[in-house]
Amino acid sequence: MKNTLRQITQSPKFMIGFCLILVLILTTLIYPLFSPGSPLEMIGLGTFFRPGTYVSVYDSVTTDKRYTINLTDAAEKRVASKLASEDKEVMKTWLLEFGIAEEEIDLEDTEALLDLWFNTYDESIRFDNMTTAVRKHVQRTDAKLDGLLEHQDIIVADSAADGSLVEGSLIKGNEYINVAEIANVRVLPLGTDNFGRDMLKEMISALGVSLMIGLIAGAIATFIGLALGLLSGYLGGVVDDIIMFVTNLFTVIPSFVLLILISFSIGQSDRGATTVAIVIGLTSWVWTTRSVRAQVTSLRNRDHVNLSKLSGHSLIRILVTDILPYIASYVIMAFILQICSGILAEAQLSMLGLGPKTTSVPTLGLMMFWAMAYTAHLNGAWWAYFPLVILIACISFSLNLMNTGLDQVFNPQLRD
Amino acid sequence: MKGYKKYFGKKALWFFITLVCAVILNFILPRLMPGDPVAAITARIAGGMTSATAAQQIYQEYAEKFGTNQPMIVQFFTYIKNLLRGDLGLSFTQYPRPVSDILKSSVIWTVCLQLPAILTGWIIGNVLGALAAYIRKGFDKVLLPLSLLISGLPAFGLAIILLVVFGVNLKIAPISGGYAQNLIPSFTPTFIKSVIGHYWLPFFSIVIIAIGGQAIGMRSMSIYELNSDYVKYSRFLGIKDRKIVGYVFRNAMLPQITGLALSIGTMIGGALVAEVIFNYPGLGSTILRGITGSDYPMISGSTLIITLMVLAASFIIDIVYGFIDPRVKAAQIE
Repeated sequence: MKNTLRQITQSPKFMIGFCLILVLILTTLIYPLFSPGSPLEMIGLGTFFRPGTYVSVYDSVTTDKRYTINLTDAAEKRVASKLASEDKEVMKTWLLEFGIAEEEIDLEDTEALLDLWFNTYDESIRFDNMTTAVRKHVQRTDAKLDGLLEHQDIIVADSAADGSLVEGSLIKGNEYINVAEIANVRVLPLGTDNFGRDMLKEMISALGVSLMIGLIAGAIATFIGLALGLLSGYLGGVVDDIIMFVTNLFTVIPSFVLLILISFSIGQSDRGATTVAIVIGLTSWVWTTRSVRAQVTSLRNRDHVNLSKLSGHSLIRILVTDILPYIASYVIMAFILQICSGILAEAQLSMLGLGPKTTSVPTLGLMMFWAMAYTAHLNGAWWAYFPLVILIACISFSLNLMNTGLDQVFNPQLRD
Repeated sequence: MKGYKKYFGKKALWFFITLVCAVILNFILPRLMPGDPVAAITARIAGGMTSATAAQQIYQEYAEKFGTNQPMIVQFFTYIKNLLRGDLGLSFTQYPRPVSDILKSSVIWTVCLQLPAILTGWIIGNVLGALAAYIRKGFDKVLLPLSLLISGLPAFGLAIILLVVFGVNLKIAPISGGYAQNLIPSFTPTFIKSVIGHYWLPFFSIVIIAIGGQAIGMRSMSIYELNSDYVKYSRFLGIKDRKIVGYVFRNAMLPQITGLALSIGTMIGGALVAEVIFNYPGLGSTILRGITGSDYPMISGSTLIITLMVLAASFIIDIVYGFIDPRVKAAQIE
C-alpha cells in the first residue's frame, strides 16, 4: 500500500493532473470568501458587459478631490477613442477623392490624420460619385471632430428647488481623479453574462456545482457498476446471465438517449442539480459493470477465494475482503473517468436545454447554454463562453491525466 | 459458411431483442414519470382561455387523440402498430406536420455529417496512436498530452472555438446552417457548393474529437502488443520490423473495432450537440427545437431514430468484426 502510494506520487502525469484539480477545487472553496454574495445576483442591467474596471460616474463627478495632470497626448487619445474606425475610413475615402496620395494617409497616426483633415476638408466641395449616405457620414464626422477638439469645460448642473438648473461644478479637460478614492468601483475580470451577472463569480460557483454533479454521478455509477460487476462475475450462472443481458442492452442503447428521455420527462421545474447528477449516474454504470465482471471472473477461482469459501465466509465478506482489493486500483480509475464523463454529460444535456433549472444554481453547462442562446459567440462576447470551454477542458484534462498516470503505475507494461 | 450463418444469426437475434427493449423503453420511460403530459400540453394551449369547460374539452380531445385515456397495454400496441407503419405522431410545434416527415429531412443531414466524420476520425486516430506506440520518444511525448487535451474537450467546445475562429473572425466559413439561407434544397450546383461550404467546419469539429479519443486507446493497445512475447520472439527470429509492425497493428486493431462499436453511441451524442452549435439541420437541432417547444412526439421520435442508428452501426461493426477476427474465422472453417 505504502509502496503503491509512493509510486503514484512519483508519477508526474498523476501529480500534474492531481494538482490541477486540487487548484480548481480550492478556488471554488476560497473565492467566495473574498467575494461574498450570491453568484446569481443580476448586477448589470443589460447583456454581456466587457471585462474591465467599472467606476461609478456619479461618484467620479461628485468627488471633491481632483488632480490636475498635464499630459501632452491626452487630447489625441481622447479623439482617437471617440473616432471609430469606420469614421476614419470615411475620412480616408474623402481625402482620396480630394486627390491626396494614398501613402500620405496614415489611419494609425491620429494626429497626422487630423492635421491633414483640417488643412484639406472643405464642406462646400461635392464629389459626384459619392453617395449621399457617405457624404452625410463625412459631415457628421467633421462635426464630431470639431466638438472633440474644442477644449470646452463641462458644467455639472444641479437642479435647484424651483426646477431651474444651477451651475454646480466645472470639469476641465486635464482634471483627474484617483480610482482608489472613489467609493464605488467594481472590477469585473470577466465582464457579465447575458443576465448581467458577474461572470467570474458565477463561473467559479458553477465549477463547484459541476464538480459536485460529477462526483455524485460518478459515485452512483461506480457503486452500481461495482455491485453488479462483483455479483455477476463472482456468482456466475443465472445471475450472471441476467445482469449481463441488462448490461449489454444498455451498452447498445445509447445512454445519451436515455438521459434525454428521462430528463425531459422529469420536467424543467423538478430538475435540480442533484436530480440531474443522479440521472446521469443511473445511466452510466454500464462500463464499470463490464470491466469489473471481466476481472472478477478471472479472480473467482483463485486459491484464497476458494479457501475463504470453504471457511464458510459470507458472500459479502468474500467479495469485500478477498476480491475487492485486487480490483480496487481499477475501480478508482473507473471512478475518476466517471466523474469526468458525468461533468461532460451535464454540460451536453444543458446545451440541449435539459440541464438543471436556471434559477437555483449555475452549472458550467447552463452558463454555456445561455451564452449560446444569446449568441455570445456571434457578438464577440468571448468572455461569456471561452473561459467555460477552457475550464471544462481543464477539468477533463486533469482527470484524464490522473487516470493515465495511475494506469502507468498499475500496468507496468505501459510505463515509459 | 455454416459457422458464419450461426454467428450472424445469433448477432441478428440479439440486436432484435435489443431493439424491442429500446422501443419498450422509449414508450415506457416518459409514461413512468409523474405528471400528466397531456395536461401539460393542454395547459399550454388553453393558457389564454377563461372558460373551464373549453379547456376540459381540449383536454378530452387530446387525450382521445393520443389515446392516454386507454389502458397502458392498449396504448403500447397502438404505438407499435403506428410505429410499424412509420407513423410517429404529429408534431406539436409544427402542427399538423407528421414527426416522421420532419425526421426524414433531418436524419439525412446527421448521417451524412457524422458517418464520414466518425470514420475519418477513427482511422486517423488509430494510425496516429499506432505511430505513437511504435516511435515513442518525442512524437509520443507530444501526441499523448495533446490527445488527452483534445479528447477531454467537449465536442461543443471545439465546435464553438472552430466556429469563432474560422467563421466569425477569419470569415472563411459560414457560421450557421447546413446550406445558405436563400436556397431551396435541390440538386443544383449552387446548392451542392453551398452544402459543401457549410459542411467542413462541423465535420472537422467531430473528426478532431474522435482522433483524440481513438489515438489514446490505440496507443495503449499497441504498446501492450509491442511488449508481448510473440513480438520479442519475432525479433529474435530476425523478422523485419515492418512485418512485425503489421502483425501488431492487426492485433491491436481488433479491440479498437469493438471499442468503436461500444463508443459509437457516446460519439453520436456528443456530435449531436456540436450540430446544435452550428445550427446544422440535423437531428441535434431537431431535438433542441423539440425540447424548447415541449414537443413530445418529436423528442421521442428523434431518440428512437438515434437508437436505431446506433443499433444499426453496432450491428454492422459486429458483422465486419466477424469477418476480420481470426477466432470467428476459425470457427467458420471447422
